[in-house]
Amino acid sequence: MSVLADGFTLLCVGAGLVFLLAGTVGLLRFPDAASRLHALTKADGLGLGLIVLGLLPQAAGLLGALKLMAIWGLVLLAGATVGPMIARHATGGSGR
Amino acid sequence: MAEALLAAAFLALATVAAGLVRVLRGPAPADRMMAAQLLGTGGIAALLLLAAGSGGWAILDAALALAVLAAFASVAFVQAASGRSR
Amino acid sequence: MTLALDLLLAGAILVVAAWTVAARDGFAACFGFVATGLLLALAWVRLGSVDVALTEAAIGAGIGGVLLLNAAARLRGQETVDPGDVARPWQARGIAALCTAVAVALAAVLLALPVPAPGLAPAAAAALPPTGLGNPVTATLMTWRALDTLLEAVVVLLAVIGVWSLAPDAAWGGRPGPQVPPAEGPLALLARVLPPIGLVIGLHIVWAGADGPGGKFQGGAILAAMWVLAWMAGLVRPPPVGSRRLVLALVAGPAVFLMVGLAGLALAGSFLALPAGFSKPVILAIEAPLTLSIATGLALLLLGPPARAA
Repeated sequence: MSVLADGFTLLCVGAGLVFLLAGTVGLLRFPDAASRLHALTKADGLGLGLIVLGLLPQAAGLLGALKLMAIWGLVLLAGATVGPMIARHATGGSGR
Repeated sequence: MAEALLAAAFLALATVAAGLVRVLRGPAPADRMMAAQLLGTGGIAALLLLAAGSGGWAILDAALALAVLAAFASVAFVQAASGRSR
Repeated sequence: MTLALDLLLAGAILVVAAWTVAARDGFAACFGFVATGLLLALAWVRLGSVDVALTEAAIGAGIGGVLLLNAAARLRGQETVDPGDVARPWQARGIAALCTAVAVALAAVLLALPVPAPGLAPAAAAALPPTGLGNPVTATLMTWRALDTLLEAVVVLLAVIGVWSLAPDAAWGGRPGPQVPPAEGPLALLARVLPPIGLVIGLHIVWAGADGPGGKFQGGAILAAMWVLAWMAGLVRPPPVGSRRLVLALVAGPAVFLMVGLAGLALAGSFLALPAGFSKPVILAIEAPLTLSIATGLALLLLGPPARAA
């Protein structure tokens, strides 16, 4: 059982790191602000999400697991709301 | 297991360091804001992996606080840069 | 593996810090400051001090970064550099050499310490049980070095007074900060959804500080950030600076702390001494108004001086 949990953790964390890396590479290499923002939100959502998913079996009890999910939820919320604001600012709008 | 998680933390940190290049280079403030947000996410990922790998789960509270403050700081950056609240 | 991690972290901190100092544009330097703060928080976690990491992330990078950014935004377009004010190259190089020498000397002293380094940690751990707390950092801040914490709370108050003193005469007593029209779209959503969650998390961190990493300053910073977020979206208006309730909220923390300290003079023998057996309830009684005062003070620092009459 523990071997299964450990394997699941390693798999998900590895996949999460891949997306995190992909998001960063996108941020560095894409030509304009909109596509960079696109890459950024993938890193936020999928990268951190997979890492959180992978760490859930290792968490200390229900409270620890809930905190992990809360962290991912907060990062998703921030990404979803700040993304359009940054995009509006980058394209010369009011930024609100 | 712990070793693997620490290696994962190292990779997350390396990703954060790579994202720093965008903060340093810019050129527009929007790029820096995006890089700052990636720093927040990558930093949280590194903290979580460190907590699982070696540091103990007390670090989870720090990651939670960082998540809340990163959201606030990103919004404040965009507001300040667009000169809205002046 | 941990060595590689620490080397990467240390290298990144040095590079970003050096770039922040050398940056030409105020905005860019602010972002560098926040990035440095974030990396420093990670470094503190690696050093085992999660409390300091929390404070660095909350107050150093979070509140401090936003303060600096607001200042940079206010100064944008008004920055003029007098040619006579710029440091000559040899001056700048001399200062850099001096700073580097101090850093190298500190590093040499730290590395020359015996392992484990001498300190008060074992004594603190031994004296922990009577305080009723589980976190030696909180015990240090609230029992053995309570005077420092009292003075820190007063310093926040003095900073708020300093910021208010910048108000123009006609605006004195008015609402702090510029007027913000109600927002629409993503900002309004975030400002409605995040503050309740942030409130719970902030209070949790204050409460958890008794037995784990956390405390008043970190939790207060989160509470202040949530209120300022609601203000930035135009959802709340700050009360006028002259309002009694605002001043009461600001002063309650240090006042209660001071009264408990004076009571300690009568009941337990010396200023700020806690009565034996009652430490935990008294500490909680101090922490509650102090959190309110710190959160109010930090939020007012972020808002700025009153800009228009009430």
